[in-house]
Amino acid sequence: MDKIRKQILLTLETNSRIDLKELAVLLGTDEVTIANEVAAMEKEHIICGYHTLIDWDKAGVELVNALIEVRVTPQRDQGFDKIAERIYNYPEVSATYLISGGYDLLVTIEGRTLQEISRFVSSKLSPIDEVVSTATYFILKKYKDHGTILANKTKGERMLITP
Amino acid sequence: MTRNPLSKKAVSLAPSGIRKFFDIVSEMEDAISLGVGEPDFDTPWRVREEGIYSLERGRTFYTSNAGLKELKIEISRYLERTIHVTYNHASEVLVTVGGSEAIDLAFRAMLDSGDEVLIPQPSYVSYLPCAVLADGVPVTIPLKHENAFRLTREELEAAITPRTKILVLPFPNNPTGSVMTKEDLEPIAEVVKEHDLYVVSDEIYSELTYSGQHCSIASLPGMRERTLVINGFSKGFAMTGWRLGYVCGPAPIVEQMTKIHQYAIMCAPTTSQYAAVEALRNCGKDVENMRESYNQRRRFLMNEFRKMGLQCFEPFGAFYAFPSIQEFGMTSEEFATRLLQEEKVAVVPGTAFGDCGEGFLRISYAYSLEDLKEAIGRLEKFVRRLRG
Repeated sequence: MDKIRKQILLTLETNSRIDLKELAVLLGTDEVTIANEVAAMEKEHIICGYHTLIDWDKAGVELVNALIEVRVTPQRDQGFDKIAERIYNYPEVSATYLISGGYDLLVTIEGRTLQEISRFVSSKLSPIDEVVSTATYFILKKYKDHGTILANKTKGERMLITP
Repeated sequence: MTRNPLSKKAVSLAPSGIRKFFDIVSEMEDAISLGVGEPDFDTPWRVREEGIYSLERGRTFYTSNAGLKELKIEISRYLERTIHVTYNHASEVLVTVGGSEAIDLAFRAMLDSGDEVLIPQPSYVSYLPCAVLADGVPVTIPLKHENAFRLTREELEAAITPRTKILVLPFPNNPTGSVMTKEDLEPIAEVVKEHDLYVVSDEIYSELTYSGQHCSIASLPGMRERTLVINGFSKGFAMTGWRLGYVCGPAPIVEQMTKIHQYAIMCAPTTSQYAAVEALRNCGKDVENMRESYNQRRRFLMNEFRKMGLQCFEPFGAFYAFPSIQEFGMTSEEFATRLLQEEKVAVVPGTAFGDCGEGFLRISYAYSLEDLKEAIGRLEKFVRRLRG
């Protein structure tokens, strides 16, 4: 990947709201180049979206998150893809990964209450024919998410003037 | 009648120009600063963790005087891959308490009373007093804006006398951000060899070079044997508070420096030394990321200066810009004081780094972009007001 694309992505990954003109200054290039590259990468689905990291806890909105380990029987010709699709199409599922090791799929899910998630597991997930077993882990506290530490930032303590 | 407890030498040293300004700033509430000479990044976590681990293991003893063997080996490997000069870890490497101690030791080990030390200015504040404390005679070389504050052959030749022994080469430079490339250093090396001088090359900002690779004068032909390379962990690895630096050079000089270090300091902090081993082994990526951040801020700052019509040569090293304020007809100190009082932005007057810094300001970009934007916005307002 060329250098300028990588630099654009590294910046957008942590600051998707940056002004393209400003980004051009930071990377030492012109705005047209940046705009063209960003548009091209959107088209190529290298950039898959611009999201916001929210601490819902602090916003006072109660949400429950869980990780679900799912063991499945892979299907002929389609391996795990078909069964993964049946799971990830549910809107409450926020991520689905094929995993190496003791189980097959890791599903992360978001719901308003414990019950809502339990219901999803018992009435939607487990009944799928190819699902052999599930294990659900509720998230109790998020310390760091998407590379960002969620604790309050401390103020800088450097002296104001140093040689 | 009590006896004067003070030595004439101590009293003769001028207090640091920065200190004076610091006192004004620290009185002021909600001032924002562009005045620090240290990274805004925390030390990479893996390095901090290694320091914690070494404390947990109870490694709270002295190390050998010259430093931990593992660290000295890593330092010589690091210099081999970065400046392509090979040092014997057992006899040519000394671990010090920051680069500052190495500067002090270099002068004390090499100078006899009356020997002259050439100090290009603007530059870091401690070369001059350290030379005086070592009974040397500091001779400053004022560098010029039109040369992007690089030392030229002619300036060097004009300053040399039969008593000249040491040339200090402070590049990448604090406060100007100026760097010297291989092409810039070659004529300097020629003069140094011609006049049989030694070079104390302070390369503490070597990791923060934004136009190609840093070049050390020690890597030029015939210079290794007459150069002390001083470097450390403070700037590139964001480890200022750990107080760890080193010096590499010819064994006979390092041996004498080690002797003085042994009597004065014993050894550099042990925790820091263990942490630094990790820094040299596994922090290449962290350093690269910090360098890229500084570079982005540097471009931002230069663009802002251009927009407000503030004259500034492009700095390619360290994390400072050194814009000219000569158009306003004020001294650097007046400008900085008024900027602080009227807009609550602290910058360091160029004169804190030598008289030839008059008419310039040191602006540090070791700040987050948000902080920089806020501070530069205020500077812009101030400049606009001055221009009427």
